[in-house]
Amino acid sequence: MSDIMKTKEVGRSVNKLDGLSLASGAARFVADKVPPDVLYGAILTSPHAHARIKSIDKTEALAVPGVKVVLTYRDVPRVAHTTAGQGFPEPSPYDTFCLDSKVRFVGDRVAAVAAETPEAAQEALRRLRVEYEVLPAILDPRDSMKPGAPVIHDEPEARVIIPIVYEPQKNLVARATAHMGDVEAVFKECDVVLEGSYHFSQCQHCPMEPHVCFTELDELGRLTIHTSTQVPFHVRRITAARMQLPVQKVRVIKPRIGGGFGAKQEVLIEDLCSALTLATGKPVLLEYTRAQEFISSRTRHPQYINVRMGAMNNGDLKAIDLRILMDCGAYGAHGLTVVSNSGSKNLPLYRWKAVNFLGEVVYTNLPLGGAYRGYGATQSYFATECLLDELAAKLGLDPIALRQRNHVRPGESSPIFEALGEGKAGVPQTIDACGLPECLIKGAQAIGWNEKHGKAAMQTGVTRRGVGMCALMQGSSIPEIDMGSCYLKMNEDGSFNLQMGATDLGTGSDTVLSQIAAEVLGCATEKILPYSSDTDLTPFDVGAYASSTTYLTGNAVINTATKVADQIRGVGAEMLKVPVAEVRLEDSCVVAADGRKVTFEQVGIYSLYEKNQFQIQATGSHVTHKSPPPFSAHYAEV
Amino acid sequence: MRIELTVNSETKYFRTSPDEKLLELLRRYGYMSVKKGCGEGTCGACTVIMDGSLVNSCLVFAPMAAGRSIVTVEGLGTVNDPHPYQEEFVKAGAVQCGFCTPGMILAVKSLLDQNPDPTDLDIRQALDGNLCRCTGYVKILDAVKNIIAREHEEARGGKA
Repeated sequence: MSDIMKTKEVGRSVNKLDGLSLASGAARFVADKVPPDVLYGAILTSPHAHARIKSIDKTEALAVPGVKVVLTYRDVPRVAHTTAGQGFPEPSPYDTFCLDSKVRFVGDRVAAVAAETPEAAQEALRRLRVEYEVLPAILDPRDSMKPGAPVIHDEPEARVIIPIVYEPQKNLVARATAHMGDVEAVFKECDVVLEGSYHFSQCQHCPMEPHVCFTELDELGRLTIHTSTQVPFHVRRITAARMQLPVQKVRVIKPRIGGGFGAKQEVLIEDLCSALTLATGKPVLLEYTRAQEFISSRTRHPQYINVRMGAMNNGDLKAIDLRILMDCGAYGAHGLTVVSNSGSKNLPLYRWKAVNFLGEVVYTNLPLGGAYRGYGATQSYFATECLLDELAAKLGLDPIALRQRNHVRPGESSPIFEALGEGKAGVPQTIDACGLPECLIKGAQAIGWNEKHGKAAMQTGVTRRGVGMCALMQGSSIPEIDMGSCYLKMNEDGSFNLQMGATDLGTGSDTVLSQIAAEVLGCATEKILPYSSDTDLTPFDVGAYASSTTYLTGNAVINTATKVADQIRGVGAEMLKVPVAEVRLEDSCVVAADGRKVTFEQVGIYSLYEKNQFQIQATGSHVTHKSPPPFSAHYAEV
Repeated sequence: MRIELTVNSETKYFRTSPDEKLLELLRRYGYMSVKKGCGEGTCGACTVIMDGSLVNSCLVFAPMAAGRSIVTVEGLGTVNDPHPYQEEFVKAGAVQCGFCTPGMILAVKSLLDQNPDPTDLDIRQALDGNLCRCTGYVKILDAVKNIIAREHEEARGGKA
């Protein structure tokens, strides 16, 4: 705590560095950057939940004035991939194609066009003649594994690239399990055992800016992708593979982003936009409408959840059996990892003596799930926290007291951390800090829990007011997998360029990471010029997901800024003619023990122009070895 | 066809067609603060002020705007010379991804032009056509209250 109190820039309420740019309308988002000769892309989507394409006649579509190209599955490389914007090797199955001869949900891609006007593109879509052979569809995940169910991924290419459970012939996308102790035996010893079944349905992220991508060929013939993404480096890798281009031939630029919430952790339209540019040689803009966001984008994975909990009369929680059937939709993106997080972010929160966890993920012919903030934890907590409230009522305990009695304490661990990883074994970890007790009390005070809780039962009528609460645990980054890095250089006026692969999508990470750099450098945050992200200009970062940027990239910034601070101290000491150990950095100055100082501006000019010249600069990376869980308590009055 | 339009106090001729939306016309001419979020009048990202009234420019055919006066957020202030409303939005932390911000600020301007002393309910009602997905609206409401306080202070001759 004392370290936190000593900071000057971290913890200072600074204005968002891009705030005025956004508020004045100067900030450029993807669709604000297109050249006047841009072609407009449009996608024909499937009206059927499950069908084979028997034929596509594009003659009439191509005859529409202004139409430049029509692409079908015959015109693009057939490369099985995943749209999940995850690190390599992705723990999601390779079961998706840029365009395919089979469609697997209403809204799946059939064909794409590029035309000189949006109207011509839409007219071309209307004139495409497609003949389908309609197949039986699965519209309920509880039917997916029944004998005789239609096989949604019968193509030979469907596969996983790491050793995980994947049985497409049974429509099984993934299975995650974890066990601790003998759950059934412990249930027998419990005073109370409760069971509940829950269904969590689809929802859509609805970022204010829908998915949008603009591609062009640069003067060297390289494909440049300007895209609204959380994961520019994964976009580069995955799109290059899909287009059968070397990574060297692809550049991805992320300008300002109008929110993502997980929806833009998906490499969703970059491939098709690129294919249209590669086919025409022209810049192409492809943007989803709001309706397409609902139909053809991603959702939060629906889950059917069955929970059993056992406890003693004194309120001690003993055993939990959590079984999840997750609807992945038509493709397997994020299937394994979302359901794993339903277990790994939930089960360590309370001190269970015995745990049984089963998560099964299945294909259906419905719109597919993807990353959605909370990433699986949201769904399972909905079920377990509801049942915990019922348990509290049964035991005659206040719901808050039940949670206070049982939540994990600092210094404790859970075998679940190790049992449930993200495509490989998890990483054991001990809870270093837990602010949940404070959250529980503050929330209760803020909402007036003691006055309001339980009073709904005494009200009459259909409409009543009541309060409710739940406790949650999350993580910060994926341990031993996620890596972030940055580059920092000093200018002659004492300002710094901070270039990061990390992706500010409205989260403010450009500002937060600049504060961290400024803290280490001993200057004001406003002296930092953050830039993110451009795969040609900024170093690698896995991207903005898994609640990781401040922790992961923040540590990379500390590493980097520490190296730059050392260089500044070295130059300053040389100028002040004192040993480097005797100087410190403060308020954009190098200060000697006797109080003499040189400013960062003087250091900058000296290092670039005067003597022993060199560029003060450094790069640094950080890979995370743990995923420190933040805890929270939520209260609502409805 | 060609129409005469005043945008941010500048009167010019604009080329358009009968079926073009004002949103598309403004963006084609470089007023990129006017954002397309839904294209059907629900999100407010394309909000502009037309002859003093707040409109969703995605629902206005460009020829219907002929002869009218349009204000976009570019007309309020710039990065280097911001309008107090833009400053207060930034100071209050009311700008996150910023996609809704231009429309939101124009909605605030429209409200305060007509009612310099709105109640909390007036503010909420005035902003209900402008959706924000990032902030949860609390800091936007803070920003509006700070703007009102600042204007009252300035009206009393105090220092801003």
